[in-house]
Order: sequence, then C-alpha cells, then structure tokens
Amino acid sequence: MKPIALLGPQRLHPTVGEAARRLGLKGPCALITAGWQEREDETEELEAALGLPAVNLRLYARWERLRAEDPALGVAHRARQDRLRRLQSLYRGRLGGLMDAARRLLAMAGEPALLEPERRSAVTAVRALDAHHLQRITETHLAFEEAMHPGARAAVAGQRAALARALAGCDSVVLAGGHIAVLLGRLRLFGLEALLGDKPIIAWSAGAMALCERVVLFHDSPPWGAGDAELLDFGLGLAPGLVVLPHAKKRLRLADRERVLLMARRFRPAACVPLDPGDAIERVDGAWRLEGARLLASDGDVRRSGSTAGPDPIAPAMPAASEGV
Amino acid sequence: MGAVHDFVAEGPHTREGIDALIERHVWPLVEGREVTFVYRGYVDRVFLRHFVYGLPSTVPFRRIGETDLWFVTLEIPPGSRVEYKLEVVEGGGGRWVRDPLNPRMAHDPFGANSVAVGEGYATPEWIEPDPEARAGSTEELRFRDTPFGDERHVTVYLPARFRRSRRYPLLVVHDGGDYVKYAALQTVLDNLIHRLEVVPMVVALSHPGDRLVEYPDDPRHVAFVADTVVPALEQRYPLFGNPANRCLMGASFGAVASLATAWRRPGMFGKLLLQSGSFAFTDIGEHRRGPAFDPVVEFVNAFRAAPGRPAERVFMSCGMYESLIYENRSMAPFLRGRGVDVRLVESRDGHNWENWRDRLREGLSWLFPGHLWMVYE
Repeated sequence: MKPIALLGPQRLHPTVGEAARRLGLKGPCALITAGWQEREDETEELEAALGLPAVNLRLYARWERLRAEDPALGVAHRARQDRLRRLQSLYRGRLGGLMDAARRLLAMAGEPALLEPERRSAVTAVRALDAHHLQRITETHLAFEEAMHPGARAAVAGQRAALARALAGCDSVVLAGGHIAVLLGRLRLFGLEALLGDKPIIAWSAGAMALCERVVLFHDSPPWGAGDAELLDFGLGLAPGLVVLPHAKKRLRLADRERVLLMARRFRPAACVPLDPGDAIERVDGAWRLEGARLLASDGDVRRSGSTAGPDPIAPAMPAASEGV
Repeated sequence: MGAVHDFVAEGPHTREGIDALIERHVWPLVEGREVTFVYRGYVDRVFLRHFVYGLPSTVPFRRIGETDLWFVTLEIPPGSRVEYKLEVVEGGGGRWVRDPLNPRMAHDPFGANSVAVGEGYATPEWIEPDPEARAGSTEELRFRDTPFGDERHVTVYLPARFRRSRRYPLLVVHDGGDYVKYAALQTVLDNLIHRLEVVPMVVALSHPGDRLVEYPDDPRHVAFVADTVVPALEQRYPLFGNPANRCLMGASFGAVASLATAWRRPGMFGKLLLQSGSFAFTDIGEHRRGPAFDPVVEFVNAFRAAPGRPAERVFMSCGMYESLIYENRSMAPFLRGRGVDVRLVESRDGHNWENWRDRLREGLSWLFPGHLWMVYE
C-alpha cells in the first residue's frame, strides 16, 4: 500500500516539506496543481516549501489542449458536466428537506425511546438519497465512457503516454487543492489513478478530497442557504474510510453538536476528518497514523486522536452504532 | 424594570450614586428590548433625536430630581441599529451633540452619529481587514469628454490576483467613493472574494457631481454610465461584456440612478443591487418629499407606467426604520410581476451607510456567487 499524507491547507503555513521528509521522499516529485486552474504553473512557493526537485504534470493545460485537438470529446465532456450540474441541482433540492428534518429531530428534546428511532430514520433517508445520487452520477460517467471511450482516443492516449513517461521519472506525487470538480475531472480523464502506481502521495485540501472514496462539499455558514453538505462525486478511492474536511474551522460550526453529529452519522463508516492548517494524517505500511488530527464523532463531539494502530484504526475508534445511525 | 428605573426608585440620588451607576454599565444600556439613554449635565432639557421613521423623532429625556442625570428608555427590538444624536437645550438655545457616554459612532458625508444597537446586533466580522485576504488594487481613470461637459473620474477596483487572461464581471457603483469610505466596500470586496463568497470582479467606483440632479433619470448620467464608462472599461479590462455580468449598484438616489440607467438601456445590465432606493411615486396628487424628489417621482411614475424588464436579477435592501421601506416593499413585487428575479432583504436599521454596508454580503453573494462550495485551496 502506497504511503499517503493528507495535510491541512498549505498557503500560510506550509508543512508539505516536513511531510516529504517524514515519508522519506528524495527524488523528483510530480506536481498536480490542476485545481489552481489557470494558475497551475505558479508553483514557485510550493516547490520552495517542498524542497525537492519537481515536475509539473500540467493536467489543466493538457486538457485545454486536448479539447482543441479532439473537439468531439470536448463537446461530450461539456454535455456530461451540464448533466452532472442538473443532477446536482435536483439532488440539492431534495436534500434540503431531508437535512432540515434530520437537524430538527436531532435538536429536539424529549423521550429518547420516542425520538431515537425517528432520528435514525431521518438520517437513513439522507444516506439513501446520497446513495441514489452517487448511483445517478455513476450512470452518467459510465454513459460518457461507453459513448466516447476516452482512453482509446488518440489525443487522450497520447497525453496519458506522456504522463506515464513523466511519472516514470518521479518518485512521488504532490496533489494540491483548488477547484475540486476541475481537479477530479482531470485526474479521471487522464487515468491518473492507474498511472500513480505505488508512488507515495502528499495531498491537501481539494487534493485530499479527491483521494477519498466520496467527495463531500461542505460549508455550514454560506451567505445563502442552509449549508447542507453535498456529495459531489466518487473520488479516486486511494484514501478509503475517510471524508476529509479542509478548512474545517472556517467552514464548519464545530461547536454545533447537531451539525457535527449529523455529518458523522451521515457518512459513517467513513471517518470525518477536519484538516486545518498544521493537521496531518499519514498512512504508512497500511496503517493511518493520526498526528494531531481530530475526528467528528457521532455523539456531536470533535475528538482529537493521537494513536497509531492497525490497518484501519479510524473506523473502530468511532463511537458505536448504538448511538444512532 | 431596568437599572436606571431601579436607581430612580431606590437611589441614592447623590453624585457618588450617579457616578457609580454610570460606571457600572455600558451606555446606552441594553436590557432585553429596552434601551436606556442617559445624559449628564445641569441643562434645561435634553431630547433624543433619532432617525427611526415611525417613532416621534424627538423624544424628551426625564431628569432625576435636581441631579444632573437625564434618561429616557425606548423599546428597540432585537437586532436593531439606531443612529441618533442628543439635543441639549440650555440658556434658551439647543445644540445637537453625539452621546458623550457612547463611543460607538457611524460616519457619513455629513459627519457622525452615535449608534445604539439592540440585543443581538453584531457588526459583521467581514467588514474588518482580514490579514489572510489578498488585497485588490485600485487605479484611477479620467474621462475628459463627458456628457456633463466637465471631467469625471472613476476609481477601478481590480481583485487580488487579477489576470488579463481571465474574464471578470463588472460592477458599477454609484457614490463609489462614499461606499469605500463609509461602508468599507474595498475591504468587503477583498474579504468576500477571498472567502470565495463572491466571484472576483472588476468594480467601477463612480464619483458624482451634483447627485441630486444627476441621479434621477438625468439623460447625461445615463449616457455617461452606459455609453462612456462601461464601453471604456470593457475596452481596457478583460470583462465578460454581457448583460449577465454587468451590474449597477447604488443606495438612496444612487439606487434610482441604477434603475433609471438600466431602464433607459434595456438589455444592457442584467443585474442591479439597489439599497434603500428612493423609489417615491404618486398614484394621484402631489408627493410631500420636497423639491429634490420632483424628478425622482417623475421618473418612478414613468417607470411604473412602462417598466419593461430593466434587469434579470435585482437584489434590494431597505431598513425598516426608513420611510422608504414602503416604496421598496412596493417595488419588489412590482418588479417580480415583470419577470425579474428579485430578492428584498429588510433590516432593522435606517437610511445610513452602515445599514448598506451590512447588507453587502447578502447582495453581492446573491448576484455574483463565488465558488465557495467547489474551491478548497
């Protein structure tokens, strides 16, 4: 199992260099900064913090070129994105009512024997909608793959071959944050999951989100709306068992027990892990090492963990299912 | 009863007792829905002069015995913000002063007022400079040949990390200089863009001549904004240059100017941000708002007779303590009836810059939502 380090945001207090040293990285490092979009090439500060020779894979620019070379793929890709946006909007419309009901029940005082089954049912309804949404997304991706066979198209195959060559000269991969949908789309189109092999990965913010099995968008206090976390898509699944929450202190009301509890129960058995500046989770030799990271617990607490344990210490550390869904 | 009323009942009404009372509390004293104002001085009379439409604008203070302590208690609902002054009368003459016991002030082009806030009101934290937020920059553009016959200048705000390879929406702000000075607009833009709550945008901050003349549907103003400023900016900066990404914004008469300009150039501006719009109109007879409103009423009446569809999306805000709340409550459904997507936010505040400041986040983020949900840097 490849070593992976998931870090908190890097802009003001970069820790990527420390993480590279902890993982023992030495050789050239492949940079993926496609989430920065047109600023993809502005990697001077990142390279300085990393302290290793680096090769920018330039996935954002590659897709821009590829779209010009293969207009039919570009059109189909845009159509898929439009469909995904429409699906997201439909999902969001249904989600609002379910989340509101769940929050009300969780905040309600009263006889546990009366309320707890209702709470469980409310959270189950949210989880069912999430599962349905992911199913619709999967179907949309499959339809795109079957219609366009992107991997078999000359322009895509050429880019993937070029990326494979670039990666062959690198010992590790650094995956920065930014626009999660843009980043995830590029990673998927260029088949990065297969190309990464067993190389160690350091990722943060949107980069860390993209490595999880499910990508969860979240903000508890947006200017408008209830701030219901949404599932966006499947991630690459290289960091199983986690839902990472970058900028948690700014984006989440971590003192709001109902919100914390709902997030934890909704996405279990995955562990919801806030990743603020300075936070780090590392997986070495198949085990997640928690260093100062916190977890959202299904009783509404945010607990700090400092343990190093077996292959998957996170799920067993979570409160038991008897506390609710 | 509150602390002052207890003091009135129980005393001691001595200098030391009054000193102790004043020392014990923050003034004006907020106790639930009641706010008590006090003044100390051996004067003839004291009045509270506030700017809350719907209440008597002059409220007399009561003196406690022969002491130098005067007080008055008002009901101020939670979340309210009230600007006021004190009128102190002595020796046959009165003077308006800020509340000496209240350090909280609000500034505007006419000076400064004292501010009382009801329970639950909090100054938004996004108006304060955020050391993590990258700062935008400004540059001045001069327009020598204008419909006004004189030179005008516009301050252009460029967002942090402005790039010529990107395209930006354009927001034109009437009284832009005042918005920066009294409503912290530049800081607010920096912060909201940094927080991804609004998209990076180019903002034209206008500086009017005689706004009372130029704003209510003056054809010179319409031409200046629509035919001079916007084309010049679209030539100079990488702007989208389409209606959905052009917005006019203003407060009071500035809102009238925004609406009038959009109305006179149908299809050019897709969005409007109208704060406390002076949308006075008459269904019959004369208005009673004074001569400055004559052209306003003439315009709004003409607009209501043939509104067309001035924009696709309009954010409106207005204070409940303004007389204009009724006109704004009327305008919102009127616009909706023309197919405009309208959002009206009411606040427990008056016709002032801090009210307009406090609504900027809601307005800008609704009209130009940022990629808050998608970007995790």
